[in-house]
Amino acid sequence: MGGDKKRSKGLPEYLELQRTHVHCGPDVNKHTTTFTSANVFEPLCIDNSWNLEAFKSDLQIEVNHLDDEVMEFDLIGVDPAIANALRRILLAEVPTVAIEHVFMINNTSIMQDEVLSHRLGLVPLRVDPKLFDFKLAEEAPSEKNTVVFKLDVRCTRQGTRLINDKVTSNMLQWMPAGSQLPEETSCRFTQGQAHLVPSQQEQKGKKFMAPVHEDILLTKLRPGQCIQLEAHAVKGIGKTHAKWSPVATAWYKLLPEVVLLTDDVPESVAKTLLDAAPGLFVRKPDGKLAVTNARHHEKHLEKVRVLLDQEAIAQVVQYRKRKDHFIFTIESTGILPPDVLFEQALSILHDKAEQLANKL
Amino acid sequence: MAQAMEEDVPDQFFGTTFQIDEEDHTLANSLRFFLNKNPHVSFCGYSMPHPSEELVNLRVQTSGRISASKALRTACEDLKDASNHTLSTFQKAVKAKRERDQQQQQQQQQQQ
Repeated sequence: MGGDKKRSKGLPEYLELQRTHVHCGPDVNKHTTTFTSANVFEPLCIDNSWNLEAFKSDLQIEVNHLDDEVMEFDLIGVDPAIANALRRILLAEVPTVAIEHVFMINNTSIMQDEVLSHRLGLVPLRVDPKLFDFKLAEEAPSEKNTVVFKLDVRCTRQGTRLINDKVTSNMLQWMPAGSQLPEETSCRFTQGQAHLVPSQQEQKGKKFMAPVHEDILLTKLRPGQCIQLEAHAVKGIGKTHAKWSPVATAWYKLLPEVVLLTDDVPESVAKTLLDAAPGLFVRKPDGKLAVTNARHHEKHLEKVRVLLDQEAIAQVVQYRKRKDHFIFTIESTGILPPDVLFEQALSILHDKAEQLANKL
Repeated sequence: MAQAMEEDVPDQFFGTTFQIDEEDHTLANSLRFFLNKNPHVSFCGYSMPHPSEELVNLRVQTSGRISASKALRTACEDLKDASNHTLSTFQKAVKAKRERDQQQQQQQQQQQ
């Protein structure tokens, strides 16, 4: 890593290694904690307190993969406390819009009302949460906090074919003018929502105010059965219910490193390593053993870990992980692109700190 | 949404437990990190008394140079600075990635 030298605090080499790396062993990992206390290196006259300028020069972000749904990036130079806070916010606190209330008019399918309602809630809807307010429990539904969908399907027989025997998510019809049953749902719009659909240009071929995926199977019908319902979607967060979570999942792992501790690896050990992890270990032209980037050989890493059980191997190979290098992956449900999600997570973390500071 | 309550309000307290409502490990652990990074903080830790109660207790004890509230305010500022800087770095990284992808696409089209 390029920043290695810069980040080093002038500690003795063995301490520096304990500070920056988790040392992986066959049955236990060592030096897993981060040294966060400001005074931890005081006996060595080394300051470990927070330093914004140092943070700014150390922080690196490198995007490895980015598309509409998945993103992988390297987040280098932060503490697990921050990386984990961001992960937790992505899972539980970035808002989306999902179906919350279902008003059944008729349901003669074999699926019970509550089961169907639950399934409807889990359908990701491409609705921009920024355009809506959170609906408080005591608040009446209105165009500011509710999106109304209608589902009206009846299964019929046409010759030998069945029409509408599968009820899929694309059958959910958006009702920009609001509820058709204002008496029952107490949902009254004073103005329509048609203007909330982004312009053709901004849509980029995606359908807005509709389910992200058209082909989610909600239930099946037999001829004569029908479903008529109105579904009201509201804004919420994953902490309340996972249906509002904007990510399929979001996770990180530490950057793995495998290092040879000596140049002269005994031939028997070299052979074992080459057999166990070909590609990770290679032979240089001069016949000596060399190790390549561990990151690209993740399948072999657990094999290396097991081999560390043998004294002869543990003496020449070290398997370790950088404590401040996170390989972060965000899998969006498709409602919002993953880079937008991470930006929102950061601003939510910022707002949390600001709100607390204002209360002090 | 966060509601902070100090057991004792005055600013000259060096050991204070802050009860932060409607927050969890997300904020408490981040603050604990920044508080520990403050050389004037002699102890800092947090606990969640019960998983179904939405609150955390954050204990801050200082060495006497600054008050506990001041230490917590500083931690909040540090957290804000860190997230602001991470945001701008992230946006730059995404922009760079988009440009790289675009160049690659153009090169592929030219080759075809």
